[in-house]
Amino acid sequence: MPGLITMDDLTNEEIISILDDAERLLPIAYGERYLPLLRGRILGNLFFEPSTRTRMSFETAMKRLGGDVINLGDVKNSSVVKGETLYDTIQMIDGYSDIIAMRHPRQGAAQYAADACKVPILNGGDGAGHHPTQTMLDLFTIRQAHGKLENLRVVLAGDLRYGRTAHSLSHALVRFGCKVIFASPKSLSMPTEIIADIVRQGGDVEETEDLLSEINQADVIYMTRIQKERFPDEDEYLKVADAYKLHARDLDDAKSEMIIMHPLPRVEEIHPSVDETRYARYFQQAFNGVVTRMSLMCWLLGVGVPGDVIAASEVIA
Amino acid sequence: MSVNEQSMRRVTAIRNGTVIDHVPGGMSLTVLKMLGIGGVMSNPVSLLMNVPSKKLVSKDIIKVEDRELNQNELDRLALVAPEASVSIIRAYSVAEKLTINLSDEMVNVARCAFSNCITSNSREPLPHRLLIMGRDPLEIRCHYCGKLQEINDLVERLI
Ligand SMILES: [Zn+2]
Repeated sequence: MPGLITMDDLTNEEIISILDDAERLLPIAYGERYLPLLRGRILGNLFFEPSTRTRMSFETAMKRLGGDVINLGDVKNSSVVKGETLYDTIQMIDGYSDIIAMRHPRQGAAQYAADACKVPILNGGDGAGHHPTQTMLDLFTIRQAHGKLENLRVVLAGDLRYGRTAHSLSHALVRFGCKVIFASPKSLSMPTEIIADIVRQGGDVEETEDLLSEINQADVIYMTRIQKERFPDEDEYLKVADAYKLHARDLDDAKSEMIIMHPLPRVEEIHPSVDETRYARYFQQAFNGVVTRMSLMCWLLGVGVPGDVIAASEVIA
Repeated sequence: MSVNEQSMRRVTAIRNGTVIDHVPGGMSLTVLKMLGIGGVMSNPVSLLMNVPSKKLVSKDIIKVEDRELNQNELDRLALVAPEASVSIIRAYSVAEKLTINLSDEMVNVARCAFSNCITSNSREPLPHRLLIMGRDPLEIRCHYCGKLQEINDLVERLI
């Protein structure tokens, strides 16, 4: 069973339809109304490396829709440490659950798991590979703010070399005709093979080292964390990291509907003064992970989301 | 006598079996390994290595007696000997001519070269799968991790 392994598994039409479903499910995600579309279904959470946020987001999504969740538990105590293959672990969970969300340190693990089991797999990150549910929630957040995905000017900033979030989001954005600007220090620039891929897709991309001069024209600024470990010494890090920080005072001339996003956790790349501005959208973005994953699970399990969710659901007293 | 005829006569003709010609010079041992030929219990094999060639800089010729290789076995050689021409010999004459096809996918031919790929754990039981994404230039990606593969790396990781 295939599931969602990379964004290539979805057509643009499917992406839009899943985002439409997600939008209608918002009152359920907020906990205002109850709609047990997935009652009786079990999600197997298979996190081979810790990621509390992503795991909780999947778990909340399933429970809001009336389903249940089982967890692999702490990998340190599990059979995985005793040398069990991914194949064997998957065989077991395959029998216990109706859908599996997984994260694994090795690249290709999600595709491997999908080939090895009968229930759909939701890839929650495989090594430096793909993380399509993150991309879907990013797209949802952008569309929520702009009412569309087409022809926006999106600046991705910070560590673009190692950040898989930025890789897969930029692929998705150019599919919708967005202009993508990569703003990063030279040492952390977008890998050439990814740029080549995007250009081959017909994508319109630009590279710069100057984030601040991109602010005024941007529709979206997507910040990522620059990690200290990537630099030979502290001085080098401070010099570079300083140029990829946003402060409220930098935003005076930004377009009024511009949004600032971040996959979180942030360190210093977004100053708390930005939180109070109309541009900050990263906390909403994190919340959107729940509603997007609700919609994705319905889609993968073949459960239709009613056109009128309010009429189909009940108020939570 | 042409160069080709001369080289063909360097070894005796076989009665029944398979002749693989136009193997790139020096690659015949790899080819034999990939076909699982040459062990203690193997059929008789004649090898001709580094023969001058019009098509290639130099070529190897392999003759395997009493075994007819099938298309599937031969297609595994696409990585190392894409230009090879193959003759099935019956009663001293060419009964069939085969060429090597590069299929859309190579299953259990070579291992992905990316060190953090899930398939690098040799105990994982699913087959090694490489997808041919483009032919000119040759573009091969791992089915699992999606990484682009270098031919030279793959030749070192033949199964
Ligand atoms: Zn691989």
